[in-house]
Amino acid sequence: MLSDALQTVLHLLVAFLLPPLLGGLIARTKAFVAGRVGPPLLQPYYDLARLVRKGSVISKTTTWVFKAGPVVSLASSMLAILFIPLGAHGPLLGFSGDVLLLVYLFGLGRFFTASAALDTGSAFEGMGAAREVSFAALAEPAFFFGLLCLCRITGSFELGTMLGPQLGSAWIAASAPLAMVCVAWLIVLLVENSRVPFDDPRTHLELTMVHEVMVLDHSGPAFGLIQYGAALKLQIYAAILVRAALPITTGNALTDWLVFLAGLAALAIAIGLCESTLARLKLTGIPKFLVGAGLASAFAVILLAR
Amino acid sequence: MTQVLLVLAILLALGSGVPALLGARDSNRRQRLGAGLVVAAGVFALCAVAVSALESAGILDATVTAGWLMRACGLDGMQRWFLVPIAILGPCAAVYGTGYWPQASHPENGRKVSLFLGMLVAGLMTIVCARNTWPFLFGWEAMALAAFFLVATEDDNPDVRQASWHYLVATHFTTLSLFAMFSLMRAATGSYDLGPLPASISVSLSNGLFLLALFGFGIKAGVFGLHVWLPGAHANSPSHVSAILSGFVLKIGIFGLIRVLLWLPHPQLWWGGVILALGTTSALYGVVAALGQHDLKRLLAYHSVENIGIILMGLGVALLGRSLGRTDLLILGLAGALLHVWNHCFFKSLLFLAAGSVVHAAHTRTIDQLGGLLRAMPWTGAAFLVGAVAICGLPPLNGFVSELLVYLGLLRLTTHQTGLFWLAGALAAPVLALVGALAVACFVKVFGAVFLGEPRTHAARHAVEAPRSMRVPMAVLGGLCLAIGLASPLLAPLLDGAVSMWTPHAHVRLLAPLGSVSLAALALVLIIALLAFWLAGRLRKTGSTRAVTWDCGYALPTARMQYTAASFADILTSLFDWVLKPVTHLTAPAGRFPRRATFSSHVTDIALDHAIYPLAERGFELLSRLRGLQGGRTQAYIVYIFAALIALLWW
Repeated sequence: MLSDALQTVLHLLVAFLLPPLLGGLIARTKAFVAGRVGPPLLQPYYDLARLVRKGSVISKTTTWVFKAGPVVSLASSMLAILFIPLGAHGPLLGFSGDVLLLVYLFGLGRFFTASAALDTGSAFEGMGAAREVSFAALAEPAFFFGLLCLCRITGSFELGTMLGPQLGSAWIAASAPLAMVCVAWLIVLLVENSRVPFDDPRTHLELTMVHEVMVLDHSGPAFGLIQYGAALKLQIYAAILVRAALPITTGNALTDWLVFLAGLAALAIAIGLCESTLARLKLTGIPKFLVGAGLASAFAVILLAR
Repeated sequence: MTQVLLVLAILLALGSGVPALLGARDSNRRQRLGAGLVVAAGVFALCAVAVSALESAGILDATVTAGWLMRACGLDGMQRWFLVPIAILGPCAAVYGTGYWPQASHPENGRKVSLFLGMLVAGLMTIVCARNTWPFLFGWEAMALAAFFLVATEDDNPDVRQASWHYLVATHFTTLSLFAMFSLMRAATGSYDLGPLPASISVSLSNGLFLLALFGFGIKAGVFGLHVWLPGAHANSPSHVSAILSGFVLKIGIFGLIRVLLWLPHPQLWWGGVILALGTTSALYGVVAALGQHDLKRLLAYHSVENIGIILMGLGVALLGRSLGRTDLLILGLAGALLHVWNHCFFKSLLFLAAGSVVHAAHTRTIDQLGGLLRAMPWTGAAFLVGAVAICGLPPLNGFVSELLVYLGLLRLTTHQTGLFWLAGALAAPVLALVGALAVACFVKVFGAVFLGEPRTHAARHAVEAPRSMRVPMAVLGGLCLAIGLASPLLAPLLDGAVSMWTPHAHVRLLAPLGSVSLAALALVLIIALLAFWLAGRLRKTGSTRAVTWDCGYALPTARMQYTAASFADILTSLFDWVLKPVTHLTAPAGRFPRRATFSSHVTDIALDHAIYPLAERGFELLSRLRGLQGGRTQAYIVYIFAALIALLWW
């Protein structure tokens, strides 16, 4: 058995040290499907270590907002992850209504990332920022209807309880709505973390990028903050989705952690498979797809009205 | 004692323009004296709030004031809550005005602005503290007319004349329905004193009064459909006047609605439903319409429609809670609405003042003609950024706190177990989330296009920072936005006092995690500071070079290559073109060697351009048939009088 203190330490380690590994696993999966050897699993960590030691080139057009972008967006993700339960282990912080704090912290990060992009005066970064804020706005109802389902089912507005042990029994009573919510959240995860089929960070054409084009001008330590922040954000969405889909609380802390980590790994591999097998959506098709995802999770709410 | 302070405050504000009026047209000194008087009025009003709080706690003796004065005015919890923002905003706007609209540069209308600004503040204060129909209506008309003259400040400009005309028509509709409402209330209670109506009145009368109040106060508040006067008036008046219009004149509509709703007996469930639906529509329409605007101040004006919507959503939840017997919904909804009244007052007037500094420096309100102002105007830019983050409801600023309360009300409604009312909450909450995300898109657009990147025009390139008299009011309002975000529990006693007017012994902190929110906001500020410190240290160590923006390898980017605000918003505005109905003018390039091609587009207002104008035109056609009656012949008029006399005698 793991003691409480040990679990808290483990929680912090998983929360702040694990995120880059998810990116490594996705890249590894894609390489495997393509028949390549691919980068080592720990490549994202090496990249981060290299970035913080590198010098920077900063555009003459920019002001302090350019540097505030990476700082504020990482800070909001760092605060947000403290409110997220990791598997069966409850979150480190929490209050009734913290689910709204989560949504608005991502909004704060987005505000500053997009402002930093506009600060360079580059048309490409302007396009990226416009796409990011527009798609995120359309993804918001899809995410929120899902949260409402959990609020209604568990009667709580605190992420720790909403994704707590009760959710396991709720799956029996309300499996259809919860399944719809999981599908909608998978779409939200792919959009918010700029994944295929909505965005392809690996493309070489800036004109078609969404997230990656916003950070074209960032370099060195600031870019390191952005990369780490992106990994953290992926982990937050992944942890919520894994817990909603696998609400297993065995009572044995070690098993619970293993279930959660296996879920994360499976999700990362699934994202990698998605990226290997799906083509990108047409840019103008993304809003329609997102509205569709929003309606799917709205249906989940309606199903609860029976 | 409270009453004496209130009367002093109102008289000081009312007379603040008199020194300027008696002096020379271009005397800045007289104008500064007037601003000082408004500041004094604000201080007296704040003192009145403090004294009345002590009086209601029984620490001071309230009975020393003359009885007739006690009947005319006074402060209860709700009135105290509404008096504070105007007591802060009025002085801020007046001080800002000395730098923004100095009489030396505006001899043609500077004294007019000073005089009516004082009258507007006095009128607003009178309405808030009125205990009787007569001071209420007197203050209302003073406010309405002073605002008209302020909107019409630059009356040589046809746009301004049209905007002030729209405003005047709208405000008369308000007055008309208020006269009807107060007369019915007088008939029901037998007295002009304002207060709860007896439960003996019929349900239909109560419903009728509700609809009259909703219509009359709704026009003033700028509820969707009745907001037609709002964008033009806010965009075309001097910016410190826009700040008061948006910051408090709209809220006086909310104030009236909240007061009257409390007094009406037989509250019906559909009242709350209607107000929640109106609020949700206003919020969504306001932000979508704002996304399509090209004019900085018009954009801010549409965001007022959005925020009034959020306030109404809170009020709707409160009303549903009252009808369902759920005190928790009532407290959360009402507290959210009331706190958003304060917050919107502070961040929106901050945004209008910052926009005023931009107009002052660059002489244009067109967003796509600005750019790169943050370097020349660091203070104004920072103030605008604070306002923008706050209005998007983002932590760690104040907008998040009040939106959280409204959300909590909606979420609790969602978990209501009986009936299908919970679906109202389940549909409204995601719309509010969508509104928040759209507001982020809109304010990234406007902050980015106005303050970041390269200046797009000569005027923007040569902009200079605003003088100190304009920066200090912005700093005060920005500081309040931050303070409420970081320390909202300090406001809880005052807020409890206001909410307790609806349900006794309300304790907001028992239901809302104000303390946790403050701690989270502090933690966020701390993490940001640590990361910024780390990044600065790293950059110093690893070194950085300045170069041209990369822009995919193009070596000589120019400001004309930047993304414009209109392109930025295009994805969203084209998604919502069924409500924005944009009008485009295109001269396509023609021939082998096209000389010129132009493209312009603007969005229309669905209520004004597609409902009110067509309706007014039909009405004009019908009524113009009666024109023959008024031919200007005296004999004909005498015949009319004769006919009317005969008809009256017959009757």
